[in-house]
Amino acid sequence: MAAEPPKIELRGVELAYGSYVVMRDINARIPAGEVFVIMGGSGCGKSTLMRAMIGRLAPARGEILFDGRNPFADGAGAASERRNFGVMFQGGALWSSMTLAENVALPLEQYTRLTAAEIREVARMKLALVGLKGFEGYFPSEISGGMRKRASLARAMALDPEILFFDEPSAGLDPLSSRRLDELMLQLRDTLGATVVVVTHELDSIFAIADTAIFLDAASRTVKAVGHPRELRDHSPDPAVRAFLTRGESETNDRPAAVPASSIE
Amino acid sequence: MTPEHEANAKLAPTADGGVCVALSGDWRLRRGLPGAGEVFGGGTVAGTGTVRFVDGGITAWDSGLTAFLLASADLLGARGGRVDFDGLPEGAAGLMRLALAVPEKTDARRTEARRGWLSAIGEAAWGTVERVVDMLAFLGEVVLATVRVATGRGRMRLRDLLFLLQTCGADALPIVLLINVLVGMILAFVGVVQLQQFGAAIFVASLVALAMLREMGALMTGIILSGRTGAAFAAQLGSMQANEEIDAFEAFAIPPMEFLVLPRVLALVFMMPLLTVFADAIGILGGMLVAALMMDLSLTAYWRQTLASATLTHFLLGVGKSFVFGGLIALAGCYQGMRCGRNAQAVGQATTRAVVAAITLLILADAAFAILCNELHI
Repeated sequence: MAAEPPKIELRGVELAYGSYVVMRDINARIPAGEVFVIMGGSGCGKSTLMRAMIGRLAPARGEILFDGRNPFADGAGAASERRNFGVMFQGGALWSSMTLAENVALPLEQYTRLTAAEIREVARMKLALVGLKGFEGYFPSEISGGMRKRASLARAMALDPEILFFDEPSAGLDPLSSRRLDELMLQLRDTLGATVVVVTHELDSIFAIADTAIFLDAASRTVKAVGHPRELRDHSPDPAVRAFLTRGESETNDRPAAVPASSIE
Repeated sequence: MTPEHEANAKLAPTADGGVCVALSGDWRLRRGLPGAGEVFGGGTVAGTGTVRFVDGGITAWDSGLTAFLLASADLLGARGGRVDFDGLPEGAAGLMRLALAVPEKTDARRTEARRGWLSAIGEAAWGTVERVVDMLAFLGEVVLATVRVATGRGRMRLRDLLFLLQTCGADALPIVLLINVLVGMILAFVGVVQLQQFGAAIFVASLVALAMLREMGALMTGIILSGRTGAAFAAQLGSMQANEEIDAFEAFAIPPMEFLVLPRVLALVFMMPLLTVFADAIGILGGMLVAALMMDLSLTAYWRQTLASATLTHFLLGVGKSFVFGGLIALAGCYQGMRCGRNAQAVGQATTRAVVAAITLLILADAAFAILCNELHI
């Protein structure tokens, strides 16, 4: 069992824009089929870490291994490796000049030898999986934000990837849509057997989906904690991690008393 | 309005070496409030003592009061003093605690270092050098993408190319025809007025034909397409950049250079010469119209004179230019679009820059062509 390398491994990764270091010394092992959550406050480098993992940003130091290999090291394997990734961007990032069906079909057209009719069928099926049956001919601008995210998920799954990345899946969604999206992610993980990496700071989602969570701290620019979120919430030695996972309720309440609105004329 | 209703701040020294500031009256924004500098100006309050603000009969207040207090706190803090708002109405004191309690996140805030004019010039120069290098890199990427697509290893959809050919070619035809018929007519007007004085009115035909074929056909079409198509390219690619759509292409390992930029460049390079041929023809027709209406020249004589002066060399020179112009417009538009920032304002900027850059490049290229033709006696 020990011989099996983890699906994704981060080894001493340091992320930087030029000379500005965002995060240093990130280490993590993500076994296949796990849901791995990257959490942390706003602006701490969560999305940057995801960009590095999908090969859009080269780490300043350290390496990111997939099945024990670094596909972005020489650039040659990068294109084929990215086909094993499905990425859902923050705003959905659907191609706005194409219909939903065309959005899902484009990766298939580019990377498979399926006929046009087969591609249409696969695209229809993927959209049906995320509850968008009957919306194949709609343009992204004609549907709601939640539907756009689900369509984006369908596109991310187009090539049946081994790893799915989600950047802030619940941002801008109401609690119900957000929860449905979480459930959908878990179902897809179970049925497709994919490894899932999620960037989020929504506590409800974190507790609902994460097998392992990594907490990035903006102040120290390092990883503050790695583990199961419930475990971290109850037993983390670091007060910042506990505060994050309990919305600051474990801290002593030193915020100033709320100002009654009536006192302001 | 009675004087006691006006906003007022009374300063009185306290026993512990500090100052007590009693605020009274109406501290609302529209009343015209005293500034922190007025109250504490002239060094009347200095040193390390505590400045205590107390309610000396405040009748009404809003953000005007808290803005004054925050400015006072900053001013006194800079002088090394301390402030105390506990004597104020509870709401105001609470707001001040909130305003002063926010931990300053220094690393995320922009530090605006003051620079001398010399370093500003230096940075501007380096910025220009970097931009030029970046543009050349972009041009190189376009060439590489062309090679990959031409050798069958690239990714470009024929459907996209056809659609772009239609939008920047056929759809642009009406406006190109309208502008160029007018340009032909203007040239003829100007020519007729001058040449008639010498009894050489027939040479208007030569003037219009040469001007349209060599210069105006390609140039006017280029300027129309800069505003119409170049701007559209920058805006399309720019909003795709802002919307993470470009990232989505790269996440699927579909290179945007081949998939988005190349079809646009090819479409313009193909369509510019075609539109220019139409522009040449309609311009000459416009000139003929003016000549027929204003002078008693026969259309046959005009046509014969046109044919005599419009050689194939002139025609090919204009069409050759239009290839180059098309490429320049598309590159300017796509470059600005691909390098666009990730917000709505950046898209607007990219569009503006694309049009300005395209027209500047057109004129520069045209000047270079003029010099070349002069040297080569074309």
